[in-house]
Amino acid sequence: MSTEYEAVIGLEIHVQLSTRTKMFCGCELSFGDDPNVHTCPVCLALPGVLPVTNAQAIEYALQIGAALDCELSPVSTFDRKNYFYPDNPKAYQITQAARPFAENGRLGEVRIHHAHLEEDAAKTIHTGGGGRIKGSDASEVDFNRGGTPLVEIVTEPDLRSGAQVREWGQLLRATIKQLGVSDVNMEEGSLRCDANISIRPAGSDTLGTKTELKNMNSFRFIERGIEAEIARQKEVVSSGGEVEQETLHFDPATGELHSLRSKEEAHDYRYLPEPDLVPVVPTEAMLEAARNSLPELPAARAARYEQLGVSEQAALLLSFETEWAGFFEGVLEADDTIEPRVAANWVTGEFAAELRKLDDQPLAESRVAPESLATLIGLVASKKISHGAGKTVLEEMVSSGADPAAVVAEKGLEQISDSGELEKIVIQAIEDNPKPAEQIRGGNEKAIGALVGAVMKATQGRADGGEVNRLLRQHLGL
Amino acid sequence: MGDIELIAASGAETAAKIANGEVSADEVLDFWLQRASGDALNGYLWSADRESARDGVDPDGGAIAGVPLAIKDIFCTEGVPTTAASKILGGYIPPYTATSVRNTRAAGLPMLGKTNMDEFAMGSSNENSAYGPSLNPWDTDRVPGGSSGGSAAVVAGGLAPWALGTDTGGSIRQPAGFCGIVGLKPTYGAISRFGMIAFASSLDQCGPLTRDVTDAALLLDVLQGRDDYDSTSVGIDGDVKAPTAERLDGLTFGVPRGLMSEGIEAGVLARFEETLIRIAELGGEIVDIELPHAGHAISAYYVLAPAEASTNLQRYDGVRYGLRASDEDLLAMYEVTREDGFGPEVKRRIMLGTYALSSGFYDAYYGRAQRVRTRIVEDFDRAFGKVDFVVTPTSPTVAFKLGEKTADPWTMYLSDIFTVPISLAGIPAISIPAGLAEPDGGGPELPVGFQIAAPAFAEQKLIEASFALEQAIGFDGSAGLAGGVR
Amino acid sequence: MIEREQVLHVARLSRLRLSEEEIDTLTGELSSVLDHVDKLAEVDLEGVEPTSHVVPLENVLRSDEPRPSLDREVALSQAPDPHDGAFRVPSPQAEA
Ligand SMILES: [Mg+2]
Ligand SMILES: [Zn+2]
Repeated sequence: MSTEYEAVIGLEIHVQLSTRTKMFCGCELSFGDDPNVHTCPVCLALPGVLPVTNAQAIEYALQIGAALDCELSPVSTFDRKNYFYPDNPKAYQITQAARPFAENGRLGEVRIHHAHLEEDAAKTIHTGGGGRIKGSDASEVDFNRGGTPLVEIVTEPDLRSGAQVREWGQLLRATIKQLGVSDVNMEEGSLRCDANISIRPAGSDTLGTKTELKNMNSFRFIERGIEAEIARQKEVVSSGGEVEQETLHFDPATGELHSLRSKEEAHDYRYLPEPDLVPVVPTEAMLEAARNSLPELPAARAARYEQLGVSEQAALLLSFETEWAGFFEGVLEADDTIEPRVAANWVTGEFAAELRKLDDQPLAESRVAPESLATLIGLVASKKISHGAGKTVLEEMVSSGADPAAVVAEKGLEQISDSGELEKIVIQAIEDNPKPAEQIRGGNEKAIGALVGAVMKATQGRADGGEVNRLLRQHLGL
Repeated sequence: MGDIELIAASGAETAAKIANGEVSADEVLDFWLQRASGDALNGYLWSADRESARDGVDPDGGAIAGVPLAIKDIFCTEGVPTTAASKILGGYIPPYTATSVRNTRAAGLPMLGKTNMDEFAMGSSNENSAYGPSLNPWDTDRVPGGSSGGSAAVVAGGLAPWALGTDTGGSIRQPAGFCGIVGLKPTYGAISRFGMIAFASSLDQCGPLTRDVTDAALLLDVLQGRDDYDSTSVGIDGDVKAPTAERLDGLTFGVPRGLMSEGIEAGVLARFEETLIRIAELGGEIVDIELPHAGHAISAYYVLAPAEASTNLQRYDGVRYGLRASDEDLLAMYEVTREDGFGPEVKRRIMLGTYALSSGFYDAYYGRAQRVRTRIVEDFDRAFGKVDFVVTPTSPTVAFKLGEKTADPWTMYLSDIFTVPISLAGIPAISIPAGLAEPDGGGPELPVGFQIAAPAFAEQKLIEASFALEQAIGFDGSAGLAGGVR
Repeated sequence: MIEREQVLHVARLSRLRLSEEEIDTLTGELSSVLDHVDKLAEVDLEGVEPTSHVVPLENVLRSDEPRPSLDREVALSQAPDPHDGAFRVPSPQAEA
């Protein structure tokens, strides 16, 4: 029997903070401006300059630490991480190596080893050779991004699959987005994720040699990249080879993994306590502010919704997007007789589907207010209209912003409540469809669907499904 | 008024002459520009003209406005070449001005020029300048000391009334001592380091080199202060005032005899002992103290300072400014540029510092040196529990001959044996001239410095005591003043 | 003591392309300096904390207010090889 392997995955996530200015100088942050229009002596590392820490970056970092349930360090300090590269103008990055601002946290099922503050590198554009490193003869450096505040979040190796990484990554992104401390936009690079991946025989607790998968710009690519790398490692090991420690890049276009050269061949960063900065010692007021600023975070919100009876899937969908959660809660507020489970299903199901049909209309642009969706749900729940008619009404609401009651009246969608009238239609349906009627009488109960359909058609969906079923069965002698 | 009077006048005296109308600020500036243009000491790397000297200067800056200042070429000055005496910054023109220099301009001090120094402030003789050594005005076969050698030489040699320098392990005090002037290294954090090209960031401190203690106080008052651009700057509480003390009654001066056991020239020791007698005559008390770990200061310093320097100097990479000696490929750009751009002492310290921080050696070198530094800080804390000041010779020798100590780095390093422990402790110290002495090898008499150290931020007290002692010593620096011009 | 091999390694980390002569000289000089420095091992450092700072400061922070940046022409004015508003450097490819 061949050995079963399991993957062991840890993540390093870089989050760009959305402060107004850089980490250690007053240059404004921007995205997409002309190169080198946001630089100063400090972020160009001219001779004689000194860094001064951005207070807002510290506040944001403490909020992230609190949201990740970390111990916030009573003293944190900065260090120099030394390596030469054109995007690193001092040839050292100011980071927190010895004493990070937060340690020992948890988000969902994943433990956080620590989180630290640091500054981002500049952007290097490779010219010639099609803009890729290989084959280019020159690079151009743009220091606009250089010095952007980053929080690096380092997890314990608690993840086991690409899919789990994607799901957890989305939870992390939603959590940080909700704090309002970062755009967490992977395409623009304000959220970047590296994964350390190794495999080991299932159940073993030793760690295998890990490879590092660098910087992919969506969680879907990360999932695919990780799965590809796990498959590769299993292949290597099962064919008797050994996994080599290396840094890899996943090309989503081809599905291939490429080995990257390291920045500093020797990897000797010669960390030095940064003599130009003094320790950060969060005061009780700073800590309090960080804790108090926490909104209800996605994980907590999802748990609360599940407590209300909302299905797990709908609860997660609603919790990850603040606007959707707000909309859902607006529906419940508008009519407190609506069951949360039912409201959640309408919001994440039919309503979301209608928006998708309208060219993926964003919720913020929707013409449907939570109150009118609540009215619609109320109409269905009180059996004033059928579920099917409800969908018709919703379509109209989403496209024209119409009032649900008005649509019901205008289209005559009110449910047939007179059971005598419905009975006539049922009898007619049995007469018009002798074949299924015969099959049902012969014991094939599934054939009843055809008759229900016929009744619904005749009533234009205005009949109550349960009642139709009951009457059909009665007249077929079941 | 006669030129001789202006040459010999201190900054304060010149300011007084301007204030009472004896001479105009324009005349003073022209006089000093003329003197500087006759620089026979290679003291200036760049000299101002009337216009550039006044750039950014507030003519109504205050009590000392109008007295021109020589500035060590380690301070960034917008629009004016700033090289730190390195080839790697040859022709570099900064787009901003150091906070300390801005403060002197706000006080009305025109800039005479940028002074020579050891490359990146690494050296004790000024022989490590990429632009040739500066010379000692008392004897041009001898070094002026370093690294602020040019600043000391121009002040002592009558080429400037006063100057700015920087001190990392003795770079103000030792050249002041060698050239027979006053050099003050303030408490770490008293003056902003912003715009001062970094050598060893946890030690570097700006300070004045002056004709007398009063001038040092006046310049310090202008320079000191908290700066938003330097996280480690504190400033000095209250103003620094011109000193008036005449006596030293009730003050105790500790002498760390253990540190002074060997390698001190006889003449230096004689002037030191005489100065102790002066102190006693002025009512001060001399006591022996122990600084048990100060003997290890040079060793700790030559790990810590190079370690910091090795990372501070990584920014000279040929990317954004300064020399780029090769374009062949990225590695060549780095390696050839830095190989060509740095001089031998700078390379030595980069290598030493990189080694001390490198994987496997950090604990044995950098980590250990940091902890020895703690011991030295504790030594001074304990000493200042018993005494008001710690006194030593500024250097174990008088100014040595050009080339005399370049063969063996460690011998050169030992010339800072009395200044380095104070730098590690971050406390203020001053060197004042204590007379002249013959070198051990014989020859004409040369200045001897007397160093006084005080607790952190006790600058005013240090200046008062130094002033009283200075008056009692009555040093005559006129022989030096005559030596600066061709 | 420092070996020639270590000198080469440190030179590489420092990005200094030393000449053969310098490598020999530096091996000797650094060894001699390190012999002196090694005496630090004699100091009793039991329980002693490292000192990186002598200033007793903490939380020196700057408010998140933009300050003017340099004009791009000024930022690039000292660059050895400015190109299209950026700092041009040789390709990193060759650094193997
Ligand atoms: Mg990082
Ligand atoms: Zn900047």
